[in-house]
Amino acid sequence: MSKVIKILGTGCPKCQSLTGVVKEVVNENNIDATIEKVEDIMDIMKYNVMSTPALVIDDVVTIKGRIPSKDEVLALLN
Amino acid sequence: MFDWVQHLADWFVYDVLKLGQGEHLSEALNFFIYDTIKILILLFVVIFFMGIVNSYFPIDKVKNYLSRNKLYGSEYLMASLFGTVTPFCSCSSVPLFIGFVSGGIPLGVTFAFLITSPLVNEVAVGLFIGLFGVKMTLIYVFSGVLLGTISGMVLQKLKLESYLTPWVKDILANAQKEQDAFIADKSSLRARLPIIWAEVLKILKGIVPYVIVGIAIGGLMHGYIPKGFFEKYMAKDNLFAVPIATILAVPMYSNASGILPVIQVLVSKGIPIGTAIAFMMGVVGLSLPEAMLLKKVMTLKLIGIFFGVVTLCIIISGYIFNIIL
Repeated sequence: MSKVIKILGTGCPKCQSLTGVVKEVVNENNIDATIEKVEDIMDIMKYNVMSTPALVIDDVVTIKGRIPSKDEVLALLN
Repeated sequence: MFDWVQHLADWFVYDVLKLGQGEHLSEALNFFIYDTIKILILLFVVIFFMGIVNSYFPIDKVKNYLSRNKLYGSEYLMASLFGTVTPFCSCSSVPLFIGFVSGGIPLGVTFAFLITSPLVNEVAVGLFIGLFGVKMTLIYVFSGVLLGTISGMVLQKLKLESYLTPWVKDILANAQKEQDAFIADKSSLRARLPIIWAEVLKILKGIVPYVIVGIAIGGLMHGYIPKGFFEKYMAKDNLFAVPIATILAVPMYSNASGILPVIQVLVSKGIPIGTAIAFMMGVVGLSLPEAMLLKKVMTLKLIGIFFGVVTLCIIISGYIFNIIL
């Protein structure tokens, strides 16, 4: 089943580097997933996160306020 | 504690490069080497320590604590104290603001947190210890906490809820104290360390270039500007020095962490410490990018009042430092 990955962040540099990390992991490992950036603050608040960037996988917030390593993202996706 | 660093700098400058003692170039270089090594070590230690503390005090825990407990007026101080241990990224200020307000935390308490969090951060503290020593750092941290507390109380008294943007007012109307339960992360310190470690390296990587450039400029000034040079222009009895320094500082972004080494040299050349502290608080505590982000949740008028009150408090503390130190 295809995973839905959402990256929550208002467009700060950290959010962009998180997007970069996730894209790399998905591409390198041929993971079947869609990556979506959520930049609207109202939508971000629905996930109850107070520090961005945040990584949401299938509607579960897995990481908030920091940029994880590639290995960490891979582990979360598997 | 750092004698060995001084010996190292002396050895390198006088023995390896064979530069003469007392010359401008050698003094500047010696200062640069000594300060760079000392400050990088201190920054590393402070950021690492704060990383551990923060790992056990994530922002969600802070919010839960502030929104659930009856604190009988001490909530401003508590919010301000929590602000010192939580790292702050201006890009998180909006979600943080909404998270606090939606948890039923009063606006003034939220402001207290929002003021102290950038003002007393791990990078500023690390640099401060290295440049000004422990006593001055304690004074800076203490006054930062007090400044957040008092500004928060003042802002609460001004009843500013009507100046929030409409959608935030809706959130305010539906605020509830008993929201989602906070699930504490029970992992051991050993399990947390790799994540903390990675964060420390990331923060250091981001600031090291600025700090080194700052120390280099400081080193040059240290070697070439005569002692007491600034006393003529920025003497303690010049009443305009503190406000001008503060207002100049506000538009500067806090990544001007590189500016602290320069300030330290300015102080050693005669700028009064209160004026310097006011300047640093302006640089570190308030920034225009943050103001732009806050536009999503506050009207311009509220941002203006917020920055105005904090600026005023910074100016007052600058005067107080100039009088007592």
